[in-house]
Amino acid sequence: MMGHVPLSWFLMLSAVLFSLGVAGFIFRRNIITMFMSIELILNAVNLTFITFAYQRQQVAGHLFAFFVMVVAAAEAAVGLAIILTVFKNRETLNIDDLDSMKN
Amino acid sequence: MQLWLIPILPLAGFLINGLFGRRFSKGMVNTFAIGSVVLAFLWVLKTLFGLGGLPGTYTEHYFTWIQSGALTVNCDFSVDRLTAVMLLVVTGIGSLIHIYAIGYMAHEGGYYRFFAYLNLFMFFMLTLVLAANYLVLFVGWEGVGLCSYLLIGFYFDKKFATDAGNKAFIVNRIGDFGFSLAMFLIFRQFGSLDFAHVFAQAPAAPVGLLTLIGILLMFGACGKSAQIPLYVWLPDAMAGPTPVSALIHAATMVTAGVYMTARSWVIFTHAPIAMDVIAYIGIATAFVAATIGLAQNDIKKVFAYSTVSQLGYMFVGVGCGAFSAGIYHLMTHAFFKALLFLGAGAVIHSLSGEQDMRQMGGLRTKIPWTFWVMLCASLAIAGFPFTSGYFSKDAILLAANHRAPWLYWAGVFTAGMTAFYVFRAFFMTFTGKYRGKEHPHESPPVMLIPLVILAVLSIVGGALFRIPDFLHTVFPAVETPEEFGPMAIASAAGLLGIALAALMYWYRPGIPDSIVNSAKGLYTLIYNKYFVDEVYDAVVVKPLVSGSRLVLWKGFDAGLIDGIVNGIGTRAKNIGDVLRLPQSGNTRSYATWVAFGGVLVIFLMAVFGGLR
Repeated sequence: MMGHVPLSWFLMLSAVLFSLGVAGFIFRRNIITMFMSIELILNAVNLTFITFAYQRQQVAGHLFAFFVMVVAAAEAAVGLAIILTVFKNRETLNIDDLDSMKN
Repeated sequence: MQLWLIPILPLAGFLINGLFGRRFSKGMVNTFAIGSVVLAFLWVLKTLFGLGGLPGTYTEHYFTWIQSGALTVNCDFSVDRLTAVMLLVVTGIGSLIHIYAIGYMAHEGGYYRFFAYLNLFMFFMLTLVLAANYLVLFVGWEGVGLCSYLLIGFYFDKKFATDAGNKAFIVNRIGDFGFSLAMFLIFRQFGSLDFAHVFAQAPAAPVGLLTLIGILLMFGACGKSAQIPLYVWLPDAMAGPTPVSALIHAATMVTAGVYMTARSWVIFTHAPIAMDVIAYIGIATAFVAATIGLAQNDIKKVFAYSTVSQLGYMFVGVGCGAFSAGIYHLMTHAFFKALLFLGAGAVIHSLSGEQDMRQMGGLRTKIPWTFWVMLCASLAIAGFPFTSGYFSKDAILLAANHRAPWLYWAGVFTAGMTAFYVFRAFFMTFTGKYRGKEHPHESPPVMLIPLVILAVLSIVGGALFRIPDFLHTVFPAVETPEEFGPMAIASAAGLLGIALAALMYWYRPGIPDSIVNSAKGLYTLIYNKYFVDEVYDAVVVKPLVSGSRLVLWKGFDAGLIDGIVNGIGTRAKNIGDVLRLPQSGNTRSYATWVAFGGVLVIFLMAVFGGLR
């Protein structure tokens, strides 16, 4: 079935998802939204890996995708914990207010 | 014969007192300080008796100090008759002055420090005298300079004392520069610094080079022995305690230059021009210093200028080829000048520190012992017939007469002035009415006994120790016929000086003031020491100081060096200021940078072909 869909479509979808993720990361101010944008970026990259793995018939791309998912899961756990702590201490999730490193 | 023991004993005294003296009682400090010097004196006596008549030179080799290419310097000590005289003078007079200092320094702070320095001085002075080559001599030479500096600045909480110490050290450094150059030339010509080696080869060396070496050696001696143009430090050196003035700045250290030139007699006898230079410098110094001595009111200043003047005499003797006469005067001068200073110290001590002779007077009945010993010393320095100064001064003046009559007449005139100013000081101190406020008291026996011994030596020392006869094996014989006429004239000049001083300061005390008033300009000139210090200050010191301040400090150090260092710091800060800007702390701006970076990488890969 996949054979009928051209490779470039997958890559374009991946690029669109990646760009959405980057745009969300840059322009949204809520940390959780930014966090979700990162997940979106990671999954866009995953899609690229899988696409090329399928095209070239190599399993390494699949392995990379799994690694990314594992790391993303771990990252989500740690990241959410950090966000929770930040919210407890600062009572805000606005990224622009969290600039204590600046001065 | 274990010559090394002679200097090592005072060194041990220095180390013990210097390291642990703070915790010792005064008795302990005395035991180590005086004991070590007296032991050194006894060891000198034992050595000299053991060596018999000392017909030649006895040398002991200890170790090779420096070996580098053609240069070999051994640590050797040697004794000949010249060294024997110096050893006896240094350790003998040194012992007496150490003993005297017990009484003089009894109420001073830094007691152990004083004796430690004094012992260190003895060590270096004995090294200087015993050295068998120029470099070991130079070690002693520099060492005594260091001790002189330390002891002049002994009262280090007083500005004038530390200034005087600096002055002495720096002026001596100028002379030492000449001495160093002389040593380089000697090594270059003779390939060795050993006295025996150098003097054996010296007659064959070119006269021009020997003259240059001789003049440079004399320049070194000018610094150490306070001759024109480097005499200015010695009068200021009187800022130190009086026993130091007696030991270092009258009896021993300042005679090191005379000893060194006499030791190098082979070089000088083959360089007639250098000999002339010595004689002229000597007579000029003797004359100028004597005139300054006429008008000083500080009792120690009078004797300081007198020392400069008498050292000039010694150089006249050396410069006229009468080396033994110079050493003869060195010895008798050590007796009577040490006594003059110690006597002056006793006077100052009895008046609790007063040094101005205008505040003295009439002390004859109050401190009779000091009066009598000072009379002996004054007679000796004035050349009163058959005192020690009479013999040695006559020996020099006869040699001068043999060389050039004008040298003789200048010397005779100076002798008259010497007698005058010494007896001026004597009469101002001991006769007339007491003008001061302090209550004078006689010195303790520990001070008086050395004074009495020195007084006896001042009177009979010249007749007892006939140095020219003793040194005939060391120096070439000079033909100075014993002429009665010149000897009588020299003695008469001394007696005339005494009589004039007695007239002006004892019999008719009003005369000096009228003379001063009639020759105001001359008096001001002499009273202010010919303004030499001021001239040196304006010509040498000020340009050097302001040059250092403006060029070296403000220009080079503050401008260039600091500019480089500060410039590097400022540039780093500027770069940091620029690099700081992206580091905003704003997460979204970081994200933007990352995005831009990604775009840039992709763009570059697209343009340049990327990875294949």
